[in-house]
Amino acid sequence: MAAERLYLAVAAGGFRRYATYRAATAAGVFTNTVFGLILVYTYLALWDERPHLGGYDQAQAVTYVWVGQALLSTLAIGGGGVEGELMERIRSGDIAVDLYRPADLQMWWLAADLGRALFQLLGRGVAPFVFGAVFFPVALPGEPGRWAAFLAAVLLGMVVGYGIRFLVALSAFWLLDGAGVAQMAWIAGLFCSGLLLPLNVFPGALGEVVRLLPWSSLLQGPADVLLGEADAAGVLVFQAGWAVVLLAAGRLAQRAATRRVVVQGG
Amino acid sequence: MGDGGRVAAGLRAYGLIAWMWTRSTMAYRASFAMTALASFAVTALDFVAILLMFSRVDALGGWPLAEIGVLYGLSGVAFGLADLAVGSMERLGQRVRDGTLDTLLVRPAPVLAQLGADRFAPRRIGRVAQGALVLGWSLAAVDVAWTPAKVLLVPVALAGGAVIFGAVFVAGASFQFLAQDAAEVQNAFTYGGTTLLQYPPAVFAAELVRGVTFVLPLAFVNWVPASYLLGRPYPLDLPPWAAFASPLVAAVCCALAGLAWRAGLRSYRSTGS
Repeated sequence: MAAERLYLAVAAGGFRRYATYRAATAAGVFTNTVFGLILVYTYLALWDERPHLGGYDQAQAVTYVWVGQALLSTLAIGGGGVEGELMERIRSGDIAVDLYRPADLQMWWLAADLGRALFQLLGRGVAPFVFGAVFFPVALPGEPGRWAAFLAAVLLGMVVGYGIRFLVALSAFWLLDGAGVAQMAWIAGLFCSGLLLPLNVFPGALGEVVRLLPWSSLLQGPADVLLGEADAAGVLVFQAGWAVVLLAAGRLAQRAATRRVVVQGG
Repeated sequence: MGDGGRVAAGLRAYGLIAWMWTRSTMAYRASFAMTALASFAVTALDFVAILLMFSRVDALGGWPLAEIGVLYGLSGVAFGLADLAVGSMERLGQRVRDGTLDTLLVRPAPVLAQLGADRFAPRRIGRVAQGALVLGWSLAAVDVAWTPAKVLLVPVALAGGAVIFGAVFVAGASFQFLAQDAAEVQNAFTYGGTTLLQYPPAVFAAELVRGVTFVLPLAFVNWVPASYLLGRPYPLDLPPWAAFASPLVAAVCCALAGLAWRAGLRSYRSTGS
């Protein structure tokens, strides 16, 4: 019980910390809206050329763009989550303080990242999404059940995203400078999550392979649940499976790191 | 000291600082190679998206792949050069916040030159190389009746385009004097601008094309010159010489960015801590 209250407090702290920077949030909303606008027109041209490409109609493709802009910073697909700070703490040796705390390292940062993600979703994600829904023809479901499933998929996406980024951050225990790994993970995330282009537009076998990777839990999965293009239960089970695998791998890496690696500094 | 003297002093200071950062980067050659490669790869991702699109369609907005490659290459090289030269200026907001801008103000060199060369990053050559590769391929692949004017247009557009994007970077940095935390707004015009220019103007709404042509004239980086080069009608009514107007537009952009910079620097108040 005490542990739950602690992680709740950490999550609330993560939320409030990002909520402090109002000008930065407004700037983010503006930038995401501009990028959404550019992408919408290119997608409209693409679907004009090939109607029903990847099984989407034009309204679904437009909706996909705005879901992507809403989830980009929420799920830290292009970086910007807690992993940067965690990596810096490992490099500087401050991680020793974190390991000293009577709380689990992985859960502590998961709570902080969920708080951050929740704020990014509300503060930064909703506004561009509403803008897109007002000014462009979108395909949004009427039944509340589909929205609930979508929100559940986004929540699981947050956990999967953190699972990947926690592993990336822990690489700093061995590499010291994790910038290269972070950059590679960032490129993989943009490409394999469907942010660059919906995965169902990818040709042939490439499309099938990227759909099995964990990154498809971030954008493609939730978007398909919202658009009614995928069986919601199937997507949620797929995401939960990856969440468990990634968190377990993170736990193993954490154990190995704390046992074998000498902390920097002092 | 006259205006010419000040420009020369600024360029000299810029060159010295940029050279210092280059030497410092080259102390870690492997790291430089990897980060340059990463810069290349991140930029290439945009072109991979276009290639994936063209695995399913033959044209976008009526433009085939090679012609989109011309747009992409011109915009990529111009933006890459601007990013290499003054891309570090997007960190101005950070310097205002932590007070380190004051250090630059007391040095006997123009602040703009110091800030432009600050943390000069040779790895950004990766972005230029990626754009140049696509540009070279697409220029060879397109079906164009080359005339001397069209051959000349390529370097003219690249130079003008690089300066236009450079002016956007400087204007964006000037804005950060006012809105320190809102640095990200700049990304909408720099990275957003180069993404926009990768696709043909016919794809976008007429108001957007008008805005990008007459208000924030990014269209002169590649849309207007490439339309002339490839013999495609531009969606707006422009005189034929407009294709060669990039340097002129760039000069106006520089003048405006210079005014914005002076106004921003004058309004600067140190954090004082």
